[in-house]
Amino acid sequence: MRRANLNSWLLAAPLTVVLAVFLVVPILLIIAVSFWTADEFTFRPDFQFGNYEYLLGSAVAWKVFGLTFLMAVIVWALTLVIGFTIAYFLAFHVRTLKWQMALFLLTTIPFWTSNIIRMISWIPLLGKNGLVNQALMGAGITSQPLEWLLYSGFSVCLAFVHLYTLFMVVPIFNTMMRIDKSLIEAARDGGASGFQILTNVIIPLTKPGIMIGSIFVIALVMSDFVTTRFMSGSQIANVGRLIANDIGLLQYPSASATAVVLLITVLLTIGAMMRLVDIRKEL
Amino acid sequence: MEKRPASFYVLAAFFMLFMLFLYGPTITIAILSFQGPDGGLTFPMRGVSLNWFRELFMEQAVGDIWGSFRRSLVLGLMVMVTTVVVSVMAGLAFRRRFPGSTVLFYLVIGSLVIPSILVSMGIGLLFDRTGMGNFWATSAFGAHLTWTLPFGILIMFAVFNRFNPAYEEAARDQGATTWQVFAHVVLPLIAPALIGVALFGFTLSYDEIARTILASGSRNTLPLEIWGMTTNVTSPVLYALGTLTTIFSLSLVAIVILSVTLMQRRRARNGSDAGRGML
Repeated sequence: MRRANLNSWLLAAPLTVVLAVFLVVPILLIIAVSFWTADEFTFRPDFQFGNYEYLLGSAVAWKVFGLTFLMAVIVWALTLVIGFTIAYFLAFHVRTLKWQMALFLLTTIPFWTSNIIRMISWIPLLGKNGLVNQALMGAGITSQPLEWLLYSGFSVCLAFVHLYTLFMVVPIFNTMMRIDKSLIEAARDGGASGFQILTNVIIPLTKPGIMIGSIFVIALVMSDFVTTRFMSGSQIANVGRLIANDIGLLQYPSASATAVVLLITVLLTIGAMMRLVDIRKEL
Repeated sequence: MEKRPASFYVLAAFFMLFMLFLYGPTITIAILSFQGPDGGLTFPMRGVSLNWFRELFMEQAVGDIWGSFRRSLVLGLMVMVTTVVVSVMAGLAFRRRFPGSTVLFYLVIGSLVIPSILVSMGIGLLFDRTGMGNFWATSAFGAHLTWTLPFGILIMFAVFNRFNPAYEEAARDQGATTWQVFAHVVLPLIAPALIGVALFGFTLSYDEIARTILASGSRNTLPLEIWGMTTNVTSPVLYALGTLTTIFSLSLVAIVILSVTLMQRRRARNGSDAGRGML
């Protein structure tokens, strides 16, 4: 038994070292720095709660945290509905395994390309002189180009859905493919309609996949700053950007305090969701 | 064959719309990257030319694209190899419980869900404060691993959950050593999944921004270079670069799909010799 443990430890050692050096120590450092004091141009070790007091007393910070949460919820709902529908179509309406795999591959391929390029790709479509505005004006639906298509909350949300729906499709499709088809036949033999089969059989059995997808999407959106900054043209704030702005001003202690609060928020949210699913079992 | 229900056609239409949504923007910039020399960032096309691709190759015009591409390529390969090796080892370790395995598992999940900016800032601070200095091949390398390893390890979990230990037992019964069992039985069986892990390792690193941005030091990786360009480059040269790097990523995916298919075909052809007797 001892020997077997030693063997496991040796095999797990590289992973442990990497995560210790590049995850645990950096996070501990951030926690430490969040208690430090900043002057105008520099910051120094200290132990005081000023950064947290300032953050928690700031109306702007509360509002930004609220907005970040709201965006996460909106994107979560959209990616869930779209992702579920796509996975449901692939798993239950496409009939041969060959086509299922081909179409599934088609949905996943964009994941392997650059996110920033995929964001840039919206400019010629949503810009003031973009295709969408040209089409809307050409069809006489609007007389002025719509300004809110790009560099707005709308475009941020659109980009999130564009980038992250895949994180819903893959785990949901994966669980759906493992549903025993005879359960669905049994429901049909019992007289259930297609819709009843969906709500009473498929959705409950797909819950683990839905939870894993939700964990990905919520974690990604809550901690984002790249997509929000680019797609909003720096006009919309979220917590990630709050931190990035402080870093830009070399206010590391204040950035760290915000980062710690964000970390706690994300871990609590994801922790609550993890209680509803056993990730290791579902893979 | 059974007649398709009406819902099939509605869902198929939805699927096609989703494909348009997924691929439409990328196809748009691919077309616009051939914009004429006087053309802008949107339609109409003012002629068709290779002007913007040419501009990419004139280094002084657009920063250090080729240097950053080289760095991203080398970094991607480093991350890829490390991810595959570390994930396989950890995957083997996690096949049985050991003291500390639960903590380590939660650390892996943590690595996935912890906001990227914390990883970036934390590593940036660490390398700065300890005087090592931030550099793409050290600090950014570690930052990328915190992102690629969880994917690699989750894939290994999926692989070993479905792995039939009978093959290993059979080999051991025949007198194979632990290393022989791994090299001649386990490794060939999990090889297709490892190609998947390698693809994750390379592309996630090759496209990474958020975890790299504060941990790469003064020399940019390609995505960071592109990120910087978005604020000051307002010509289709950005689209040309996007088209090229997308083609590069897509060729990698194609190579992977092709090699996995070939591997499976070969396996189906040379599969089991059960019942054919000893020769």
